[in-house]
Amino acid sequence: MINFGYQRNESATLDLDTTHSELYKKLLDKEPSAATCISCGTCAATCSAGQFTDFNLRKIMLLCKRGDMQSFKPIINRCMVCGKCQLACPKGVNTRNIVLILNKYLHAGKISK
Amino acid sequence: MGKISENLNYPKISVVVKNMKSIAIIGSGIAGIEAASRLSKFGHKVYLIEKNSEIGGYVAQWDRLFPSQTEAKTVLNDLIKKLNNRAEVLTNVTVQHCEKKDRQFELVLTDNKHLVVDAILVTTGFDIFRAERKEEYGYGIYENVITSSDLEKMFAENNVVCKNGESPKRLAFVHCVGSRDEKVGNRHCSKVCCATAVKQACEIKELYPSCEVFNLYMDLRMFDRHFEDMYHEAQSKYHVNFIRGRLSEAGENKEHQVIIKTEDTLAGKPLKLTVDLLVLMTGMEPCYLQKTINSKLGLRSDTDGFLSTKNSFTENNLSNADGIFVAGTCTGPKTIPETLADSRAAAGLLNSYLMS
Repeated sequence: MINFGYQRNESATLDLDTTHSELYKKLLDKEPSAATCISCGTCAATCSAGQFTDFNLRKIMLLCKRGDMQSFKPIINRCMVCGKCQLACPKGVNTRNIVLILNKYLHAGKISK
Repeated sequence: MGKISENLNYPKISVVVKNMKSIAIIGSGIAGIEAASRLSKFGHKVYLIEKNSEIGGYVAQWDRLFPSQTEAKTVLNDLIKKLNNRAEVLTNVTVQHCEKKDRQFELVLTDNKHLVVDAILVTTGFDIFRAERKEEYGYGIYENVITSSDLEKMFAENNVVCKNGESPKRLAFVHCVGSRDEKVGNRHCSKVCCATAVKQACEIKELYPSCEVFNLYMDLRMFDRHFEDMYHEAQSKYHVNFIRGRLSEAGENKEHQVIIKTEDTLAGKPLKLTVDLLVLMTGMEPCYLQKTINSKLGLRSDTDGFLSTKNSFTENNLSNADGIFVAGTCTGPKTIPETLADSRAAAGLLNSYLMS
């Protein structure tokens, strides 16, 4: 390949024309409360893992909804499953179960029954 | 102006006196007062029933009103002046018993007084969420955590200070306390707290220009006329800091300052902030007596606890029971102008009902 002295970056756009959030649909089947998230960030505020790593459940839920799984695949297993986020969530979202489902899917390649 | 409206809008008392009907209005907040004022001007006999010793409801406890910063007592006094002592005000009582006889209602009050009326208007209003129930925010535990109603009292008494008597150098407002929160059983938005928080933030900056003010919100609902102007002024004139994030918890340090934890959701990072005074924007809940009143009158509430109406678009002043009308915040959170408009609509409808 000829080196023209520059490189072309991958698009950083969330392209909703080409991405489809199959994972999010599966997640909703397993954990319907995921649909009621309002992105308020209470989970991320109380999260112990989030104080020291870039784990952020609000962001993960949003990216999952947008079909961008690759962005959170490396960080999903930083959750310690302590469940504080579930206590704090004003919408009663089963946050722990969501993390477990996403973890299983991204790292074992499937969603358990 | 008062004279013209009095002459144009209402029938002459002499015309209607022979058709005089009686109405019991339950609750004497602004909705009850406004309806009483209209109905008595139509020539009907009005009983205004109040559980407390004074009329005026929550507006009587407020200092200034958004978005114009009008004094609440000016508005309330205007309404009371318009009522002009034409209603029979019964204070310190509630409805003990209610029985329907043909088209009339026989009410027994808690002081054993009997009333026979042709219709009932329910204007029982709301109650303010008790902030103690959101324990993680520390109201009643940390001395520098107060509610928006506490702050209104401080404004009225011209004494906005921390517990130790010093003026706050840093202050934060927490939106949606007891609203949009399924954990306390309130899914609904209380509608007025966002505007109140922005109003109070501006008032704090007016009082203490060097005080740093933060508003922690989930969504800013500046829905009504001039609200956006107020928000604009909070930014442009007062430099209030708006942070999009909901508090997970508050703590206290040795100096009795309040340490709050939230996520700055726009920056995507956890955020810590220490303030001298934390103000919780407590929302609206159904009146604590609503269930009791419902059982006496045969009324129904929706799942949010506020009263059901026959049709939320076209018959929103009718309850499920014939002859019982509803107005004001007992059918859901409303601003003051909305409450008054609702109340006037109910009075007009009631008048048609009574004359039919």
